[in-house]
Amino acid sequence: MKHGLNRPPLEYGSGFPTLLYKEVKRFYKVAFQTVAAPVLTAVLYLMIFGHVLEGREVYGRLSYTAFLIPGLVMMSVLQNAFANTSSSLIQSKVTGNLVFVLLSPLSHFEFYAAYVLAAVFRGVVVGLGVFLITAWYGLPSLEYPLWILTFAFLGAAILGSLGLVAGIWADKYDQLAAFQNFIIMPATMLSGVFYSIHSLPPAWQVVSHFNPFFYMIDGFRYGFFGVSDISPWSSLAIVACFFVVVSAIALRLLQKGYKLRH
Amino acid sequence: MHPAISIQNISKHYGALQALNDVSLAIEQGEFFGLLGPNGAGKTTLISILAGLVTPDQGHAAILGADVQKSFRDARRMLGVVPQELVFDPFFTVRETLRFQSGYFGIRNNDAWIDEILSNLDLTAKAESNMRSLSGGMKRRVLVAQALVHRPPVIILDEPTAGVDVELRQSLWQFISRLNQDGHTIVLTTHYLEEAEALCQRIAMLKQGEIVALDTTANLLTRYGSVKKDGEGKTDLEDVFVNIMSGGAL
Repeated sequence: MKHGLNRPPLEYGSGFPTLLYKEVKRFYKVAFQTVAAPVLTAVLYLMIFGHVLEGREVYGRLSYTAFLIPGLVMMSVLQNAFANTSSSLIQSKVTGNLVFVLLSPLSHFEFYAAYVLAAVFRGVVVGLGVFLITAWYGLPSLEYPLWILTFAFLGAAILGSLGLVAGIWADKYDQLAAFQNFIIMPATMLSGVFYSIHSLPPAWQVVSHFNPFFYMIDGFRYGFFGVSDISPWSSLAIVACFFVVVSAIALRLLQKGYKLRH
Repeated sequence: MHPAISIQNISKHYGALQALNDVSLAIEQGEFFGLLGPNGAGKTTLISILAGLVTPDQGHAAILGADVQKSFRDARRMLGVVPQELVFDPFFTVRETLRFQSGYFGIRNNDAWIDEILSNLDLTAKAESNMRSLSGGMKRRVLVAQALVHRPPVIILDEPTAGVDVELRQSLWQFISRLNQDGHTIVLTTHYLEEAEALCQRIAMLKQGEIVALDTTANLLTRYGSVKKDGEGKTDLEDVFVNIMSGGAL
């Protein structure tokens, strides 16, 4: 055998594409659980709520089912983006195989970008799956596709980053479950997926404005109907700020090696 | 010429436990070096500092002149580490695992080298098997393969033969010895002292975070030949180790 040192020197590139590809392949290998199951969950929501609230109108002109579809799509995007980074990281930490990434020359930014982009990809794939199936109930209009794409990308990136923070922070699966069940799930459910905040009592309308998920859903929905609870530009500004803050936290934790390097 | 590994005044504590206390050491290029000590002596902490997995409280470490903190990319590219724990990613096959590891180092189209490593570690038949389906010994071979996939000039093996059968131990040492003859620097930690005695040219012994012995294997054996307790037979490294760890004078 001709050993490594006797060979021509290696040419090194970035490890980012490989880590991104690995993270995508990880969820693809269990797509029944990571893609098909959340699509089914969203369809069940639509069947149940669409049936119970049939005949209601929102914004004075939209059927409740039409109003609900973009909300369910965005909710799926957000929840699955969070699940991708958080579950991947906690599994790698608990089983110990994260060491193979930590031993490599990947920078904290490459680590962040690979995990978050894979989360965005999964979120968008699940969201697209929900959209295609729920479209059977009636294809919603697509007034401003660029707004749809912008809020889908930013929302998924925020939740992917939050998943990274949660995955870094959690030492055990139940800590991660607490983060998901007591922070992510309520914030998503109470963000206006199932209702317009104008239908809420004034006090709850005020509370809703402190929930950053509300702006992601509202801006996303504006892309479909050209109508929303608040201006899409305001939502975009708030969502972009939230993205910067969450990303900065995740990057800082990775740079310091918090709970990863001791 | 830079030493393969340079460790200068490294200290590390975990709470009240002083894992390493002002450790300094230089390992020259091409050496087969043994790092020995009882459990909790600080061997794995020292290796983790070299690998960038642990940040020292004070001191510096470098791989072939590249500081493991400031020039971490260069340092990690020149270092291959076989971890002590039998860890693996259950989602992937052996070949996928090695391709990913190669890719993390930014190396593309590395299949020819991966095939050679698989062949030399008798893993070719298992290349398309999922990691979950492998025996403990096979998983240990994959760990070695992962450490070699980016062709590092410096290789650290943290108890690579723990729980491994005799046949694999022998084939693994043959392979590692060939790598050493080819110019790779090898650092080995093991509790099998006969392996260290047979393979290592120089040995450091750690006790409670401090280096208590550092010399060539031959010198250690010679110096302890006169203090063998029963005064009979040939002194081996186990006698030396026991004597030093029990506080014997050098």
